Amino acid sequence: MNTAELKKFCTEVRRDIINMTANAGSGHPGGSLSAVELMSGIFSKMRVDPKDPKNPDRDRFVLSKGHSAPCYYGVLAELGFFDKAEFANFRQLHSILQGHPDMKKIPGVDASSGSLGQGVSLAVGMALGAKHQGKDIKVYTVLGDGECQEGQVWEAFMAANHYKLDNLTVCIDNNGLQIDGRNDDVMSLGDLAGKLRAFGFHTIELADGNDLETVLAALDEAVEPGKPKAILAHTVKGKGVSYMENQAGWHGKAPNEEQRAQALKELEG
Amino acid sequence: MSEKATRAAYGEALAELGAVNDKVVVLDADLSGATMTATFKKAFPGRHYNAGIAEANMVDMAAGMSTMGLIPFCSTFAIFGAGRAYEQVRNSIAYPHLNVKLAMTHAGVSVGEDGGSHQSIEDIALMRVIPGMTVLCPADANETRKAIFAAAEMDGPVYIRLARLATPVFEEDYPFEIGKANVLRDGKDVAVFATGLMVNEALMAAKTLAEQGVEAAVINIHTIKPLDEACVMEYAKKCGKVVTVEEHSIIGGLGEAVASTLMGKVDCKFQRIGVEDKFGTSGKAKDVLKEYGLTAPQIAERVKGIL
Repeated sequence: MNTAELKKFCTEVRRDIINMTANAGSGHPGGSLSAVELMSGIFSKMRVDPKDPKNPDRDRFVLSKGHSAPCYYGVLAELGFFDKAEFANFRQLHSILQGHPDMKKIPGVDASSGSLGQGVSLAVGMALGAKHQGKDIKVYTVLGDGECQEGQVWEAFMAANHYKLDNLTVCIDNNGLQIDGRNDDVMSLGDLAGKLRAFGFHTIELADGNDLETVLAALDEAVEPGKPKAILAHTVKGKGVSYMENQAGWHGKAPNEEQRAQALKELEG
Repeated sequence: MSEKATRAAYGEALAELGAVNDKVVVLDADLSGATMTATFKKAFPGRHYNAGIAEANMVDMAAGMSTMGLIPFCSTFAIFGAGRAYEQVRNSIAYPHLNVKLAMTHAGVSVGEDGGSHQSIEDIALMRVIPGMTVLCPADANETRKAIFAAAEMDGPVYIRLARLATPVFEEDYPFEIGKANVLRDGKDVAVFATGLMVNEALMAAKTLAEQGVEAAVINIHTIKPLDEACVMEYAKKCGKVVTVEEHSIIGGLGEAVASTLMGKVDCKFQRIGVEDKFGTSGKAKDVLKEYGLTAPQIAERVKGIL
C-alpha cells in the first residue's frame, strides 16, 4: 500500500469502528479512533500474512490498550485476517470478536489483552523470546497514556532497556484523556518523553500522531543497536468524528443510529 | 531417610530438563539463590532471565516468551508469584491458556523465620479457582523432579507449589501421573488425603495410628487440580471417614476440593486439617508447623477425633 492507499485504509478502519460499536451498542470508540494511524501504520510495516496468521517467524503486535479492540479488528479485517461480516457480532454471544482481544479466537491476534499495564510486558517477553532464538522478528505494542499510570508499564520499560530489545517498538497513544477526564486531572503523567528517554528508549515525539506520514517516518526511523524505540504520539481522542473529538465521554460509549449516520457521513472522505 | 527441600530438587530437575529440552527457559525475580533456579543458571546461563524485583512483569514476560514457542519456568516466592502477580497469571497466562510453568517456592508456614508476610497459605486457593490451571504440590524431592518433567511435557499453564524446608525423601519410588493420586498406604478405617510436606506427616501419623489398631489409608494428592475424583470417592466410600491435611488455609485448598467432590455424593465424616483462617508467624520451621497443628502426632490425634 502506498501512503494515499493507506490513508483510505485509515478512513475505512474509522468507519469500521463506528459500525462495530454502533452494532454492539457498546465498546470504546474514542481511543480506537485516536489510534488508527498508529495501528494502520504499524501493520503496514509488519511482516504478517493473513493467509498464514500463525507463522512462527511473523512480526508480532500487542494491543496493550485492549479496549481499542474496534480499531484492531478493523485493521485486521481490512487486511483480510477475517471477514468483515463478523463486525455484526462484535461483543455478542459466541462471536470471535470479544470485547477485548482474544488470541485464541481471532486470526491475527498475537496476545489476549485488555487488562491495562500488561501488554508491554507481553511484548517485552516476545521480543526477548525472538532474540533468545536468534530470530529477526519485530514486536510492536500500542498502549494508552492513562495506562502509563500502571506501575508495571515501567517495570516492562526497565526490562526492555536491560535486555537491549532493539526489536521492540512501543507506541503511546497520547490522547490526553481517560475515563474520568483529563490525564492531568486524574493522575498527572509529567514529562512522558523525558521519562521514556531516562528509561533508555530511542524516543520520538510526534506533535500530531494522527498524521500518517509522520507516523510512518517514526516507524522507519533507525535506532542504534541495543535501544528499544518509543513513539510518543500526541493524538486526538475520537479523531475524525466531530462530536467525539477530545471528549472523554466517548471513551466507552457507542453511537446511536443517528450518531452513526452522522459519523459515517463525516467519514466519507 | 535423607532430607532435601522440594525447591532444591526443583533447581536440579530444571538443570536436568534443560539438558534434554532446549525450549526451556527460566525467569526469576531476584531470588534465584532461594528458589534454586540458580542451579539451572549455572548450567545454562544464557537461558536464565532475571526480571529483577518485578514479579508482575516477570510473569507477563514469561507469557510473551511462551507465545514464541519457548517453555518458560517462572519462579519466585509463592506469596509474590501467586499473590502479587495473581491477575497477571489469570489474564495473561491462564485466560489464553499459555504454556507457562509457575514454580513457586517458600509456600506454606514452613518458610519459618521470615514470618507471616512471606508465608503463602492462599496460593492453592488462588490458583485452583482459575479455569484451566493445573495445580501440583509434590510431597518430596523425587516427586518434585517427576512433577517438573510432567509439567514441561504437557501443554498449558501449571502451578507447582514448592517448599523451603528440607524434608525426608521417600525411600519407595512410585509412578507419577498428573491428575492421578497415589495411595501410599492402604487402610479401611479412615482415608487421609494429604498434599505436599503433609504427606510425610500423614504417613508418620498413620504409623502411630496403626500401633493403636487404627488402619488409616494415606493418599498423596500431588495434583490438586484436576483432582483425582475417582480415587477420592473410592476411599471416602471405603472408609466412611475422611481427613484432609495441607500446609495451607483450610479455606479454598485441598480440603475444600475434596469436600466439594464428596458433597451430596458420599455420606461420610469429614475433617479438614490445615491453617485455620489465620496468618503464619516467625519461628523455626518445625516449631511453626507444630504451632499450627501440622505435625504427625497432632494429625494422629485429630484423626482419632473423628473415629
